[in-house]
Amino acid sequence: MDPRRASRTVSDPKIRQVGFFAPPPDRSFSGPPDPISTSTPNPAAATTTAAAANTSSPPPISDLSPSGNSLSPVMIPPPRHSSDTTHRPVPFPPVSPLRRDTLSLTVGSYNNNNNNIISSSPTASFYDESKGITVKVSPTPAASSFPGGGFDLTAVKASSVPASGLTTVSVVKTLPPGFTETIVEKVGGSVEMQNDLPANSKPLKERTSKAERRALQEAQRAAKAAAKAEGSKLSATTSGAVASANAKPTKATKPSSQKNDSATVASSEKKGGDRPPEKDRKKDAPHPRMQYDDKSRVEKAKRRAVVKQTEARNRVELFRHLPQYEHGTQLPDLESKFFQLDPVHPVVYKVGLQYISGDISGGNARCIAMLQAFQEAIKDYSTPDEKTLTRDLTAKINSYVSFLNECRPLSISMGNAIRFLKNRIAKLPLTLSESEAKAFLQSDIEQFISEKIILADKVIVKHAVTKIRDGDVLLTHGSSSAVEMILLHAHELGKQFRVVIVDSRPKLEGQLLLRRLVGKGLSCTYANINAVSYIMHEVTRVFLGASSVLSNGTVYSRVGTACVAMVAHEFRVPVLVCCEAYKFHERVQLDSICSNELGDPDAISKVPGREDINYLDGCTNSENLQLLNLIYDATPSDYVSMIVTDYGMVPPTSVPVIVREYCRDQVWI
Amino acid sequence: MWWRSASFILDHRLQEDPPNDIASSSKEPDTLSKLSPPQTHSSFMAAADPFNPIPNPKISAYYQTRAAHTAVVTSDWLAQAQAAVGHHPDDSPAPQTQLLASPSASGKSFCVINEFNNWRKQPDLAEAVAAIRALAAVIRASEATTMMELEIELKKASDSLKSWDTTSISLTAGCDLFMRYVTRTSALEYEDFNSARSRLIERAEKFGEISCKARRIIAMLSQDFIFDGCTILVHGFSRVVLEVLKTAAQNKKLFRVFCTEGRPDRTGLRFSNELAKLDVPVKLLIDSAVAYTMDEVDMVFVGADGVVESGGIINMMGTYQIALVAHSMNKPVYVAAESYKFARLYPLDQKDMAPALRPIDFGVPIPSKVEVERSARDYTPPQYLTLLFTDLGVLTPSVVSDELIQLYL
Repeated sequence: MDPRRASRTVSDPKIRQVGFFAPPPDRSFSGPPDPISTSTPNPAAATTTAAAANTSSPPPISDLSPSGNSLSPVMIPPPRHSSDTTHRPVPFPPVSPLRRDTLSLTVGSYNNNNNNIISSSPTASFYDESKGITVKVSPTPAASSFPGGGFDLTAVKASSVPASGLTTVSVVKTLPPGFTETIVEKVGGSVEMQNDLPANSKPLKERTSKAERRALQEAQRAAKAAAKAEGSKLSATTSGAVASANAKPTKATKPSSQKNDSATVASSEKKGGDRPPEKDRKKDAPHPRMQYDDKSRVEKAKRRAVVKQTEARNRVELFRHLPQYEHGTQLPDLESKFFQLDPVHPVVYKVGLQYISGDISGGNARCIAMLQAFQEAIKDYSTPDEKTLTRDLTAKINSYVSFLNECRPLSISMGNAIRFLKNRIAKLPLTLSESEAKAFLQSDIEQFISEKIILADKVIVKHAVTKIRDGDVLLTHGSSSAVEMILLHAHELGKQFRVVIVDSRPKLEGQLLLRRLVGKGLSCTYANINAVSYIMHEVTRVFLGASSVLSNGTVYSRVGTACVAMVAHEFRVPVLVCCEAYKFHERVQLDSICSNELGDPDAISKVPGREDINYLDGCTNSENLQLLNLIYDATPSDYVSMIVTDYGMVPPTSVPVIVREYCRDQVWI
Repeated sequence: MWWRSASFILDHRLQEDPPNDIASSSKEPDTLSKLSPPQTHSSFMAAADPFNPIPNPKISAYYQTRAAHTAVVTSDWLAQAQAAVGHHPDDSPAPQTQLLASPSASGKSFCVINEFNNWRKQPDLAEAVAAIRALAAVIRASEATTMMELEIELKKASDSLKSWDTTSISLTAGCDLFMRYVTRTSALEYEDFNSARSRLIERAEKFGEISCKARRIIAMLSQDFIFDGCTILVHGFSRVVLEVLKTAAQNKKLFRVFCTEGRPDRTGLRFSNELAKLDVPVKLLIDSAVAYTMDEVDMVFVGADGVVESGGIINMMGTYQIALVAHSMNKPVYVAAESYKFARLYPLDQKDMAPALRPIDFGVPIPSKVEVERSARDYTPPQYLTLLFTDLGVLTPSVVSDELIQLYL
């Protein structure tokens, strides 16, 4: 199917051996190296696997370690002929001579660079080796949205003791969120060890994980505040992830000791000791999602912004971290600026305006429009003097992206496409001339659009149609381009089925779909989402589109989808989610709160054209009224029977597999 | 779902009484007038719908193979059934046409189906392994001079094998996997033909070996899960499960086994015979006594005809209800299945797969008006399974898809 896959032969010894490479029984117990699972940089995926494999396989203890000593998730540990079947001790992989203690399993492999630094500056003996980890972990934005529940609960037990013990030696350690801990050891012991072997025992400190993410955040904030007060520069790379403040140890511990048992976070290190890694991390780290309740940063962002948005009043407390603006205020302003000389390319400007006005909506349409605008912009681009194309173009793209983001928050699929493009730019061969490079990039974008979006949709249609039988009643919600294509194609094939379109206010996108389907001669039923529980009992299949599918199988889609999926699940109707693989993301999200988009609150308070039922007229400015118009919601994977994607029909548990195999490093093509 | 919906009743009325439909469907006139008279007129639904008379009363080839391998009383009533149906299974049209269609078969004395049938006669050899062996023989007997030719020939052979019995999941999956495994080597790209061919043969042999050993590996892996004093419920006659229990008995484990009777082919009877030979305490249950005995049971062990992408299994009729009962009583359900049974299928519900029909002997004549549900297997969704023992290791259901994605993509 994919030329890239051809090299993954089964015979290649470096590849994880699957299928018919079951080693002879005696060897199979020793657990051969498992390069794929060990090298996965994605703790979220690892966690999912671990959770899924809870009873049989040992927890993938060194998922983050490239040492390759871990057991394959499919291999069982050495036979233990006792009656206990579910809880078996985790067999430790051979411990390297560097690591004297089994404690250091997880982090040991990150020793090397830390040790170098440490040996060069003895004062930094409490150097926070979490830096080493942060670099590895932070590429996944999953870290930022990983709640406390993600930690192994056993880690909580040990937490209070080590915290105090650590405060005395003025070392506070961090555990990156999303980092799964399976073994809990006393940290007090590790601290003692540290005194004996300052260099070797670095990794031992990694144990102090505190489970509560809440606490983590608070501590981070406290640490930040302390750092700020001291005037030390705050590194703002990963807002949600591990605090990377360069606070002095003494200062850093103060808030944490105030926080008492909950404080585990605040990296303590010598100033300047970690400049280079810090920078690296900055580069590696994903663009942090801006938290709009952080006043100072919002101010800063506003100064940079092209789009002058006025913020909405009376925002819902829980959703203050999301941007919400008065709608309809900025469009005329922007339109008047269209002919001004501006850093933003006119095509991009146009797309941005279309985003604001809602002329382009729908995940695929927005993504294609953006990519085509970039294509145009690249065509007109010329490298300024004394600059290299790679760097300058990336900067340009970044400015376009931030402009588009101001117009309307980017969807996850667009983020993936942007990452792909930037990756392509970064990987351009230096030998190419400018025009060649530009042609190269344009054809890359073209290929992305055709292969990852258009062709992918065709494959999805091909797969999904096999699940439509004669006599079926299919239900869909909102308007998804993939679902529409499926329905039309099934109709063309002459299948006899009926469609139920469930729609919801305020967008009523289903009506557009309904219009098109009825125009093609399909028999349709139109219902509002309020009627979904009534209509569901006659439905045989539910087809849903998705804005994104996250690593834990959560489907992130138009608001109302979760409700439909839940009702369908309750009625035992299979739910099929149709989503192109470029929309898959390695992030994990458990609710619809952390990341979402807020629409125009007026849209839900008013019904256009119906003066008689606009009861809320005049109250919208009241202090007591908060209107929440969410755009997306998250459907838990339990309610999804199948995800139809361009790699076939997979269960929601296989999303991390596809992300791991195909979406990593934005190889894509 | 649709058959218990109100609109279905309306549809029926629509069908019986066309002039009445506007009156009866006044609520949803648009929908119903456009909905064509359903189900009974469409061939697909007719095949899948249990309420309809089966249009083609042929016994599925899948079932014949199963019966020949595993059942006690099959041979005589299979003959009966054949007599009733009126034609011999050997001259069922599919293989014939395939033989003619396949040039490799017509041109030479060698024929995949014959080879396959030869291998299939070995009682201990699974169908898929027989197919794998037969395909390996195709490579060996091939007179192709280019890689492409050989590949096409192999493809044809596997297609004819697959169409020989479309209902057998393991046969299809085994052929597919063989093709993937054997032909997907980068080494083929730059070698000369003869060495590439010998490499293919080598890989084919190896694949056959691995598939042969699969049962042993599974038996070894599952030993940790059988503890002294446990009670195991077994459904159907699975050679893998038998191997597992045999190994456990050899390891001096103390356990007892409950066998379901396995109507109508009484597979449980034969299974209990085999276990009695091993001196394992065994108790026979009628199929309806599963829930009654479930509280005594410590674990359920079943084989599988096919493991599908969701991680669920397709297995002999009755597995699903046993899994449901076990799940509601919190008993683990273990599946023993070789990895050549992993198929790229994804049934959403019971009717979402090609039915394998079988004859059912009720002992008394059944009035012609009475329909009989004759499907031979059902689909057990993954949430009711605890673990799968395969030669790839002990897997949770969700890992199956992981392995399949890596094997097929």
